[in-house]
Amino acid sequence: MATDSTTEFTLDTAAELAGEEHGAIEGKSPWLLAWRRLRRNYISLGFLFLFVVIVVLCSLAGPYARDIAKTGPNDNHLGETFVRGGKNVNVVSKGGFVGGQFHAGGVPVGPQLWHAGGRYVFGADNQGRDVAVRLLYGGLNSLKVGIGSAVICTLLALVFALLAGYYGGWADWIISRFFDLIWAFPVLLLAIALGTALSINGFHHFGISIQSGSLWIPTLVISYVLIPYVGRPLRGQILSLREKEFVEAAVAQGASPLRVMFSELLPNIASSVLVFFTLIVANNILTEAGLSFLGAGVQPPNPSWGTLIADGQSRIVTAPWLAIIPGIAIVLTVLSLNIFGDGLRDALDPRAKVRMER
Amino acid sequence: MVTFIIRRLIGAFLVLVAVSFITYLIFVKIPGGDPAPRIAGRTATDANIADIRQKLHLNDPFYSQYWAMMQSLFSGSLKSYSSQLNVVSEIKRGIPATFSLCIGAGIIWLGFGILVGVISAVTAGRWSDRVITVLALIGISMPVFWLGLIVRYLFAEQHPFSWFPDGEYVALTSNPWQWFLHLLMPWLVLAVLFIGFYGRVLRSNILDTINEDYVRTAKAKGLPPRRVLVKHVLRNSLIPIVTLFGLDFAAVIGGSAILTETVFDLKGVGQYAADSVQSLDLPPIMGVTIYATFFIVIFSVVVDLLYAWLDPRIRPT
Amino acid sequence: MPERLIEVENLKVQFATEDGLVKAVDGVSFELSRGQVLGIVGESGSGKSVTAMTLLGLTRDRNTRFEGAVRYKGRNVLEMDEEELQEVRGNEMSMIFQDPMTSLNPVYTIGDQIREAIQIHQRADKRTARKRAIELLQQVGIPNADSRVDNYPHEFSGGMRQRAMIAMALACNPDVLIADEPTTALDVTIQAQIIELIDRLKDEFNSAVILITHDLGVVAEIADEIVVMYAGRVVERADTRALFYDPQMPYTWGLLGSIPRLDRPKQERLHSIKGTPPSLIRTPAGCKFRPRCPHAFDKCMEEPDLVNRVEDPHHLDRCWLGVNEKRKLREATLAGEEEAA
Repeated sequence: MATDSTTEFTLDTAAELAGEEHGAIEGKSPWLLAWRRLRRNYISLGFLFLFVVIVVLCSLAGPYARDIAKTGPNDNHLGETFVRGGKNVNVVSKGGFVGGQFHAGGVPVGPQLWHAGGRYVFGADNQGRDVAVRLLYGGLNSLKVGIGSAVICTLLALVFALLAGYYGGWADWIISRFFDLIWAFPVLLLAIALGTALSINGFHHFGISIQSGSLWIPTLVISYVLIPYVGRPLRGQILSLREKEFVEAAVAQGASPLRVMFSELLPNIASSVLVFFTLIVANNILTEAGLSFLGAGVQPPNPSWGTLIADGQSRIVTAPWLAIIPGIAIVLTVLSLNIFGDGLRDALDPRAKVRMER
Repeated sequence: MVTFIIRRLIGAFLVLVAVSFITYLIFVKIPGGDPAPRIAGRTATDANIADIRQKLHLNDPFYSQYWAMMQSLFSGSLKSYSSQLNVVSEIKRGIPATFSLCIGAGIIWLGFGILVGVISAVTAGRWSDRVITVLALIGISMPVFWLGLIVRYLFAEQHPFSWFPDGEYVALTSNPWQWFLHLLMPWLVLAVLFIGFYGRVLRSNILDTINEDYVRTAKAKGLPPRRVLVKHVLRNSLIPIVTLFGLDFAAVIGGSAILTETVFDLKGVGQYAADSVQSLDLPPIMGVTIYATFFIVIFSVVVDLLYAWLDPRIRPT
Repeated sequence: MPERLIEVENLKVQFATEDGLVKAVDGVSFELSRGQVLGIVGESGSGKSVTAMTLLGLTRDRNTRFEGAVRYKGRNVLEMDEEELQEVRGNEMSMIFQDPMTSLNPVYTIGDQIREAIQIHQRADKRTARKRAIELLQQVGIPNADSRVDNYPHEFSGGMRQRAMIAMALACNPDVLIADEPTTALDVTIQAQIIELIDRLKDEFNSAVILITHDLGVVAEIADEIVVMYAGRVVERADTRALFYDPQMPYTWGLLGSIPRLDRPKQERLHSIKGTPPSLIRTPAGCKFRPRCPHAFDKCMEEPDLVNRVEDPHHLDRCWLGVNEKRKLREATLAGEEEAA
C-alpha cells in the first residue's frame, strides 16, 4: 500500500478517543499529565539540567575566585608573571623579539586550561585579569539581570493584562495605549537610551534612589521595555477567557474581582505564563548582553558576558578567546532555556501532536 | 476604509509627538543636572558654559526647549551638541547603509525563513525537521553582535576566509560588486536570528493549520496534496508571518540593526544612534528616535491594511 | 436490483498512540446500494466517524493500521494509492462534515471553493465552473445565488453554510454522499430543512447517502437501513422500521429512550444511558456494553456474534437475551420504570 508520508489524519481524535475513556486518566489534573509528558522528554530535561549547572557554576564564582584562581574579577595583573610547567610566563606579553620575530607587547596570555594550577584557565584579558573568574562573575550578573528582569516584567505584564482583560472598558483602553506607547519606541533604542541616561547619575526621583552602577538599572530598563511584549498576548488570552461560561458563573455568584482573577483566570493562563517566562529569560539574557556590549547595560568595572565581549572586541585578532568564550557561555545558556521552553510548551499543550511510534 | 486610514494616521502622529516628548524627558530629566558643562567639554570656561546655555535655550522652561528643538529638527537645522554636525544630514548620510543592510537582510530572512519553515513542517518528525530545528534554535540563541565579531575574525587577514572584506560600507553607486561583498556577511549575520525564529513560527503555524477542518475538507474534495499545501495550508499559515515581518522590518530599519551596524562598522543610522547615545548627545538621539518611530508607526498601519486584505474576516464590512 | 456501491467487510482501524493501540473500528461490515440511505448511529467514540473517513482514505497515517476491506465498486479503497484516491474523493464519493464554519476555508469565497472541485475533477475552465457553482447553489436553495457565490463563508448563516457545503460535495455528481453529523451544529429548525434537502438531492443526483449521527431522531425520517455502532463494532443492524419497532439491543433502547417525545408525560426525566463508553485500548471482556447494561447476566462475559435472532432476516444484533425476554424488558425500559436487577 503506497501511503503518503504527510499526516492526513491527526491523532487528535485518537488521543481524545483514548484519553476520555482511558480509566487511568480519570481524575488526573492537567498539571499531572503535563508533568508526565515532560518527564518523558529527556532532551528538554537534559538542557534544563545544563542550565541549572550553569547557574550553579556562576554562583560559585566567589569560591572559585578565592580558592582556584586566587584572584578577583577586577584584579589587575599587568606586568606580573605566573608559573606554568616550571617556567615563568608573562600575564600580558611585553614587546620585543622572540626567536627573531618582533612581537608587539600587550598580548594577554591564552587559555591555560589546567596547566597553570587553576589560574588563567581561560587566559587573561588585556588588563591582565583572569578571564575565567570574570566569566563566572559576569555570568552571575548576566543571570541576575536576565532572570530578575524576566520576573519583574512577567509580573507587571500579568497585572496589567489581568486588569485590562477583566475590567475592560476604560481600564483596558488606558493600558492598551500604555502598551502601544512603549512599543512604539524602537525597543533596543529605548533600552539603550534609558540605560545610558540612567547610568550617568543613577535615578533620584520620586523618593527612589538608585545608584548609577547598580544592577537594578539594566534590570528595570529591560523589564520595562518588554512589558508590552508579554502583556499583549496575555491580555488577549484573558479577554477570550473572560467570555467563557465558568468565569461568568463565578462573577454571577458574586465573587470579588480579585477572587475571579485568582481562581478562574490565573490558573488558565498559568501554562502560557510559564512558557513565556522561560522564553523571556532567554530573550533578556541576550538583550542584556547587547546592552552591555554597547555600554548601556551593566557598567564597568562590573563584568557581564556582554561587557566581556566588548572588552574582547578590539583584540579579536590577537586574542580571540576573549570574545569567543563569553559568547559561547551565552549561547549555551540561552539555548538550554529555549530547548527546555520548547519541551515545556509541548508538555503543557493538551493537543497531542503527531509522534513517532513503534 | 479611508476614514480608517485617516484615523490611523492621526493616531500615528500623536504617537510621534508623545514619543519625542518622552525621549526629551529621558535625556533631560533623568540624568538631572546641567548638560552645559558636559557639552562644553573639558577645557571650557564659565563664559563658554553660560554661552552654551544661552544658545541652546537651556535656561528656558523645558517645554519651550522641547519646542525649540522640534522646530529646528523639522526645519533641518538641528545640530548635535557635541559635534556641531547637522543632525538631519547625518541621518541622511547613514540611510543608504542602513537601508542596504535591512532590505537585503530582510529579503534573505523572509525567503529563507519561509523555506525553512515549510520544509521543517512538511517533513515533521524526520531528520530534516530535526536538523532544521536544532539549527534554528542555535540561531536564535546567539547574540547577533557576537556572531558578527566571529565572522569578522574569520575573515580578517591571515585567517581562512580573508578574501572577504572586513566591514565598512561601500556605496552601491560607486562600486556594486564591492557593495555586495561588504554587505554579504552583515546580511547573513542579521538574517540568522530571524530565519531561525520565522522558521519555527511558520512550522508551528503550518502544523496547526494542517489540523484545521477546512484542510480536511480540501483533501476530501480530492485535491492533490501540493494544491492543498499551497492554496489552503500556506495561504492561511503565512498571514501571521507577513504581519510579523512588517513589524520586524520596521524595527530593524528604525535602528534595531544597531548591533550589526556597530560590529561591522557600517556607519548607518543605527550606529549614529549608538554613538550619540553613548555621548548623551540629545539632538541626534531625538532625530533618530523620530526617524525610527516614524517607520514603526507607518509600518503598523501598512501591516494592519495588509492583514485586512489577506484575511476577509477582519475587513470592516 | 440497484447497483451495489460500497461493501465494507470486517473493517478494522487501529491507531498506535503513546498510551497504547486504540482500536477505533473493530470489525465493521455493511453495504450500500444506489438510491439507498444508510444511517450509522452511535455515541462519540463509537467509531462511526473513523469508519466514514476511512471510506475516503482520510485516516491514513504512519500510525494507522487497517484490516479487512472497503470496496467501492469492487475496488478496495484500503489498497488504492494516493492518485487513485484523489480521483475518487469529491468526484465519486463526497463527504460533508459537522461544522460548516470551520470546514470551509475562511479566506476564499464560497464560489472559489466550489469551483475548485469542479476544475480539478472535470478540467473545466473558470467560467464554466463558476456557472455550475451558481447552479449548484440554486439547487440547494440559496437565494440570490449569482451574487452570493462571491461571498465569504463568514458572510453566510449556519444553515446556508451547510447548504453550500452540500453544494460543494455534489459538484461532481458523486455516487455516494457521506454526511458526518451534518446537523449537529445547527438549530433544530434548520436541521429538518437540511435533512429534507439531502433526501431530495439524493433523488435528483441519483446517489446513495451515508448519514452519520448520534441522534436517532435525525435518521428516522430518511434512512432505509440503520447500523448502530458501539465501541468500534456494529451492535445492531436493521431496516429503519424494524429498528424502531423491534429494537433488540439494550443500547438501542437507551438511544431510543433518550429521544424526547411529545406523547410522553412532561415530568418524566429524559432517560439517558448510565456510564461512559469503554476505553478503546483496554476493552472490557465479553460484550462491550456489558458494564453499562442493566440487563447483563453471566453469559454476557462471552462476546455475542452479530447474527440474526428474530424473524426478519435483515435484522442482526449482538445480544444473548432471549427474544421474548427482551420484548418484556424493553417495554419496561421504554415506559421509564426501574429495571430489575
